[in-house]
Amino acid sequence: MEQTFDVAVIGGGAVGCAIASALVRESLQVVLLEAAVDVGAGTSKANTAIWHTGFDAKPGTLEARLVARGHHLLTERQADFGWPLERTGALLVAWDADQLSRLDSIIANAQANGYSKVEVKSASQVYELEPNLGAGALGGLLVPDEGLLDPWSIVIALATDFVVNGGTLRRKAAVTGAKRAAGAHELQTSTGSVRATWVINAAGLNSDVVDRLLGHDGFTIIPRRGQLIVFDKLARQLITHVILPVPTATTKGVLVSPTVYGNVLLGPTAEDLIDKSATGTTAEGLATLLAKGRAIMPSLIAEEVTATYSGLRAASEHSDYCYDAFPDQYVRVGGIRSTGISSALAIAEHVVADLRERGVKMAGLAAPTTVQIPNLAESRMRPYQDAARIAADPAYGRVLCLCERVSLGEVRDALTSPVPASDLDGLRRRTRALAGRCQGFHCGAMITEMTSAWSGHSHA
Amino acid sequence: MPDLPQPTDEDVDVVIIGAGPAGLTLAHALGELNIENVLVIDRDTQPGGVPRYSDHHGYGLRDLRQPLRGPIYAGHLALRAVKGGARIMTEATVTDINATKRTIEVTAPSGRVTIKAKVIVIATGCRERPRAARLVPGTRPAGVFTTGWLQRLVHLQHGSPGKRAVIVGAEHVSYSAVLTLRHAKCSIVAMVTERSRHDSFTAFNIGARARWRFPLLTQTTVTGILGDHQVAGVQIQDAKGRMKVLDCDNVIFTGDWISENELARRAGLVIDPGTGGPAVDARLATSAPGIFAIGNVLHPAATADICALDGAHAAAGIADYLGAPGSWPTRSLRLRTEGPIDWVSPNLLPPTARTAARGKVLVQFNERRRLPRLEIVQGGARLWSGYVPWGIPTRPVPISDSWLAAVSATGPDPILRVLP
Repeated sequence: MEQTFDVAVIGGGAVGCAIASALVRESLQVVLLEAAVDVGAGTSKANTAIWHTGFDAKPGTLEARLVARGHHLLTERQADFGWPLERTGALLVAWDADQLSRLDSIIANAQANGYSKVEVKSASQVYELEPNLGAGALGGLLVPDEGLLDPWSIVIALATDFVVNGGTLRRKAAVTGAKRAAGAHELQTSTGSVRATWVINAAGLNSDVVDRLLGHDGFTIIPRRGQLIVFDKLARQLITHVILPVPTATTKGVLVSPTVYGNVLLGPTAEDLIDKSATGTTAEGLATLLAKGRAIMPSLIAEEVTATYSGLRAASEHSDYCYDAFPDQYVRVGGIRSTGISSALAIAEHVVADLRERGVKMAGLAAPTTVQIPNLAESRMRPYQDAARIAADPAYGRVLCLCERVSLGEVRDALTSPVPASDLDGLRRRTRALAGRCQGFHCGAMITEMTSAWSGHSHA
Repeated sequence: MPDLPQPTDEDVDVVIIGAGPAGLTLAHALGELNIENVLVIDRDTQPGGVPRYSDHHGYGLRDLRQPLRGPIYAGHLALRAVKGGARIMTEATVTDINATKRTIEVTAPSGRVTIKAKVIVIATGCRERPRAARLVPGTRPAGVFTTGWLQRLVHLQHGSPGKRAVIVGAEHVSYSAVLTLRHAKCSIVAMVTERSRHDSFTAFNIGARARWRFPLLTQTTVTGILGDHQVAGVQIQDAKGRMKVLDCDNVIFTGDWISENELARRAGLVIDPGTGGPAVDARLATSAPGIFAIGNVLHPAATADICALDGAHAAAGIADYLGAPGSWPTRSLRLRTEGPIDWVSPNLLPPTARTAARGKVLVQFNERRRLPRLEIVQGGARLWSGYVPWGIPTRPVPISDSWLAAVSATGPDPILRVLP
């Protein structure tokens, strides 16, 4: 049998990658097992990309604490990784008297979470902040620290950090069985077995299945589907803030939000499902969103749609994250629902502290390698705008994906990086190639050919 | 590849954005008028635009008076433009435009530059509306294409989309997709359209379907794409609400053209609500002095030869502007539409522009009408009325431009409408 890792992390989403990166930076031997062909290919890729403060979380929960801490850590670690964050602020809009009457309780809830910067806005102030809102807004709340993050780059940055600092990443390694032997876990995966002293379950939608494989039975994932519509970049000028509805017990409701990539998002729906693979959109779902969108911002609906997608939130029957560390050297990090990317770094910090407390020997890397993630955000200079960079390497001046202005240099980098893209979806999340309005009309054929050529090359 | 001119920060007389049939023909026509220092910029690796990878006959009929295959037509237009003195810069993407300063920002392998021009011509063409923009639900597997992607895949990359295709749409380009699919040895499971019949030529439809034996499913909606990694089928629904799954491994979304209007919008030009492209007058001048627009960015989608003739026509207006830019009119009436009309082009009516490209104004219907009669009225006065040969969605129909001279510069906006 091969080596025994100190820790096996199951699940290469934002949470798993954050944990794996944090542990490898503590000089542990860590293997990260991802079932799909790529990291970040599940819930982490298909969400609303909001940088949550946790102002609306349930006070006293682990989720409330970790989202607030995670919000801060994303800023603190920004220098290490280079991911974009945009503090746009969120405007929570009340559209009827009932919603208006609940604003006070939302402020009180935020204060209970230690967040006191929520500002009350009158109807006219709401329209001053967002002139393109539909008619009927009665008032609202401004949450100045909510904003936008780049969910694709955060996962890729953390996975890359993990690999360049000595971690072992295994993609296409779905865990199919587990047993205990000689004080360690033996995990069967679809591509070979793995031994590790500790197992951390960050398997997202399948975290309940993995929990049972490891001999526990703490929770059940109820996949909650969120369908979203991405509008054309020409719509970006219509909106400044994340526009939130007044939340209900089950969902934060349908929001309209800019994205760091320069588009506008409308969504999500919230549908409790049984099938964990049901990531398709539906006619009803899209129609519901358009109807809500038309009320929130009529001029948005006149713009072209660039993409539609749906993601499944890994919600459970509990109203908090399902977190526990067990004596059989197992840490459960399950039921991390829509706030997971915002809280990921705080979850990782929490896991590190927990393992240290349980006697796992750690020593921070003296000189961790840091890798700056390529910039996908419109708020910063992109390679196609960078005269000096193009002069140094003309590949950054050869624009391949015309709608998203992705250069040959960026595509090449994504296909040859420490955690390279292996398919078009992976390339899209690393570069934005093919994510634009033409959806491949101009560049699809060429980029597909390059992806297979480079993937073949890197495997040779 | 030949040595191409390198971009630098420079001043040119005319910069044309887009080296398709419209842009290349304009470049040639400007050469004929002895306008020098003309630069054509294109983001593709070669000039030519859409015909470059539409490897079948049907190009060049109205402009060159001979039937040519797409790539040969594209090559001829590019060569003619260069011989006329224009420079063509390829692999160069125009990323921004300033209509007031008349500058454009260009990214190319040779550098990032700003080009200042006396005249900017937007000839950016159009694109097909892809699956997502049509809000077709379902999963997101590989194997979902537009004709544009398909034709580049087959004719430039020598690849194949799969074995069994469903074609969504039944307009001219849909039959072009048929030819490309057959070239790639992919069979056609069905052609599906929401309309009551196809919108192409009867001969195309009968010829293609007799030869390759695929059904045309009319009044049928695509209600879902199936498959996890690769397309596994397409769910359809007919007029009676009956659902069915077509077994296929790829889907081609054809036609439903939209103007590539990003630069026009970034420039702050008046956008015509019908075409989605910049509003233009009969000289193909936009709402901003010194900014012209030609080709399918104005009328998505007319055939390539009509785009080329836009280019030929615009040269005279550009020459006039260059001769006396100060006297250019800045106020225009708009030509508005009523009834089942998608758009009309040109659609701005300044006091001076009196002759349209080919002597024709293009009108696109959004429902089928047999031998429709149209009229143009201004206030109480009828400027023109007449029958047109067809009223078919996706097929722009020409009407006379004779009424342009009768437009009163002070009157209200004229209205084009369909008579009962």
